[in-house]
Amino acid sequence: MKPYPIYISGVGGQGIIKTSVILGESAMKKGLPVVVGEIHGMSQRGGVVSTQMKIGKSYSPLIEQGGADLLLAFEPLEALRAINMVNENSYVVMNTAPIYPFNIRQSEHPYPDLSTILGELQSQTKKVIAMDAEDIAKKAGHILSLNMVMLGGAAAVPAFPLDKEIIIESMQDNLPERSIPINMKAFEEGFRYCSQQIK
Amino acid sequence: MNIKEILTRHNKDKLFLMGNEAAVRGALEAGVAVASTYPGTPSSEIGDVLSVLAHDAGMYFEFSINEKVALEVSAAAAASGLRSFTFMKHVGVNVAADSLVSLAYTSVRGGMVILTADDPSIFSSQNEQDNRHYARLANIPLLEASNPQEVKDLMKYAYQLSEEFEIPIILRTTTRVSHMRSVVEFGPLTKIKGKGHFDKDPQRFVPVPAAARIMHKNLVEKMDKITVLSNNSSLNQVYDQGGHIGIITSGSAFNYAMDVVEENELPVNILKLTFTYPFPEKKVLEFLENVERVLVVEEVDPVMEKEVLAVIGKHGLKKRVHGKLDGTLPMIYEFNPDIVLEGFGRMMGVELSHKGTSHTSIGLPNRPPTLCPGCPHRAAYFEVKQTAANLGIDDLIFPTDIGCYTLGIESPYEVADYLLSMGSSIGTSCGFSKATDQAVVSFIGDSTFFHAGIPPLINAVHNKNHFVLVILDNRTTAMTGGQPHPGLPVDGMGLEAPEMSIPDIVKACGVEFVETINPLNVKKSQETFEKALQFEGVAVVISQYPCMLIKSRAERGKNVIIQVQDDKCINCNTCVMELTCPAIYTRDDGKIRIDPLMCRKCNVCVQTCPEKAIRAKRIDKAGEEE
Repeated sequence: MKPYPIYISGVGGQGIIKTSVILGESAMKKGLPVVVGEIHGMSQRGGVVSTQMKIGKSYSPLIEQGGADLLLAFEPLEALRAINMVNENSYVVMNTAPIYPFNIRQSEHPYPDLSTILGELQSQTKKVIAMDAEDIAKKAGHILSLNMVMLGGAAAVPAFPLDKEIIIESMQDNLPERSIPINMKAFEEGFRYCSQQIK
Repeated sequence: MNIKEILTRHNKDKLFLMGNEAAVRGALEAGVAVASTYPGTPSSEIGDVLSVLAHDAGMYFEFSINEKVALEVSAAAAASGLRSFTFMKHVGVNVAADSLVSLAYTSVRGGMVILTADDPSIFSSQNEQDNRHYARLANIPLLEASNPQEVKDLMKYAYQLSEEFEIPIILRTTTRVSHMRSVVEFGPLTKIKGKGHFDKDPQRFVPVPAAARIMHKNLVEKMDKITVLSNNSSLNQVYDQGGHIGIITSGSAFNYAMDVVEENELPVNILKLTFTYPFPEKKVLEFLENVERVLVVEEVDPVMEKEVLAVIGKHGLKKRVHGKLDGTLPMIYEFNPDIVLEGFGRMMGVELSHKGTSHTSIGLPNRPPTLCPGCPHRAAYFEVKQTAANLGIDDLIFPTDIGCYTLGIESPYEVADYLLSMGSSIGTSCGFSKATDQAVVSFIGDSTFFHAGIPPLINAVHNKNHFVLVILDNRTTAMTGGQPHPGLPVDGMGLEAPEMSIPDIVKACGVEFVETINPLNVKKSQETFEKALQFEGVAVVISQYPCMLIKSRAERGKNVIIQVQDDKCINCNTCVMELTCPAIYTRDDGKIRIDPLMCRKCNVCVQTCPEKAIRAKRIDKAGEEE
């Protein structure tokens, strides 16, 4: 299988690494080769976090410029920062709830408007799906289920190589038992919202 | 996945593992009896997993006080006939190097592996040194892994090699391998030997000059024999795609080279080197015979490139060698597929680059990492700066150290002026206090103080220095993920352990001014800093409060919310601009708000607001918090 490259970006503490572990284990369960690249340590303290993964035969998880089939962006500014990873055929699934950098008041550049961010992304690919994942997560029962909302969104993308059932199985292996009902709801709501957008 | 599955799963089972987790399985499959480390990214998770599994596995594991001690613990275990494993980040090997180089002379009995986790591109370090040089400096074999499966398999092989030749082995990973996750197939576990026995042999284990001269001769002879092995090793493998162009590569760089060659169907022969020192000269020579030119793709220094040039020179070959030395590839930072593709194009004299790339012309605000909401370091920084300002001390040097608190470099704190390595805050404070008339306040963390802070503190007192040292004791090794250290009542295997008192150690070092503060109590802390700044000599303030990442668990039940009272707030922005807590923000309408989800109720903003406009309000159990 030709590798399916996924670029996941966001902010430290949003559950990005957990999301990529669930995706990786799902691929393994399906018998697909998979490589994931993460960065730990200093970059975690409220800084930019990104993971890169390729499902399918590949040696390195690092994606070439413009090479991502899917950009899964947990935060709007981090979606725009990752714009160099997408091409005209890429899907972008983006959370619209911003997290302002702590130093934004001293920043040379202001935080861009959401409409500007969407406009920039849409100028590269028509396949941009925006959702307020924070709101969906809160409604599902807890803001920390935001990563499962995003995961649900990813599962709704056409040609995404992993099916819902396998992802749900991996979620159950990787999340604390008492959090499963909320996370399942978050996943399903994210999936439902994005499926509707794609139609 | 449950982390315990790394121990409980069987031969042929597959798990989706990080390189660091795979190293642990490799140690278990090799029957490692003793393991030791000092935590450091990108190697930290090896210790985190061992601290969970070692007890059940029947292995001894410790977080040692520093990397030199970690290496010595493992060296002694190996001298006693046990298999031992020490692992550390690349700069940790600098700390261990004094013993490492002599260990090559004295050699081992049980197998011993030293895993060095290098950090190309400096994701979480102070430099990107290439530790392949250490194999050459100490003259011991070097293996380089490209992915988690190889990390595990090379661990096992390294122990066989180490025992066969009675020599320690360096296994090198890089951040991209340590933190790469992929599917790893397990082998069988080996039963762990409980205790060894040290059979005395001073001529072998005590490198006094007469004995060391013989040891060095033995080492060189041993490495000659191992060279035969590296030349014939199946770990050094050719991927033949036809054509007359060659790539020689290793480690993570191999992954990029393979992806680029396969995706672009380039007619290139790749020689992947895994057993890279002693350098497999014969193997490389054979490879060179079948290619016209060769590109060496490696991270970070041109180590193999120079070896290849030496082979060519020695054998009088007429082959072009491309790489870092001729500018075909960059001399610094980690590689990626784009860099390798462009380099390949440069060598061929054609422009090769990927699909049209998307850019934005909009300037984006950056997002530097920062101290967490409620971090006690923020309070200590605020207090020191305020106190110095109140005393009219404006020419102040802040030597700092390695840990979360290095983030004090950011505005508005700006309390990080000079840094070299673990413990350097105190040593360099000695220098600054002698070389200048400027005031010096330096910062060091609790774990870092134990690691390398004690000898320089004794030096400071003995040499009559004058500075303030703030020991930021947050009761954990926070930056690397919260590992224990000697100041805690628990050891690396989760067992009870004697708790070493930092104040007692500081006093025993001869310091006369030693005070402990709770940094969340602003007024009292400032009074202490005031006395410390006026003290003639070395003054030590221990700023003690647990890291909020630990503390928050206990704090949950506290039914308090911190709020800004709009009728009192005059928008002076002291909280937003001076404290810069991520939980405090300015709403679009200009009002200042505190995010209840992020706020850890440290109360520092309450105490530091000049208008007393921030207050802690009790709420019901079912209050507004959620």
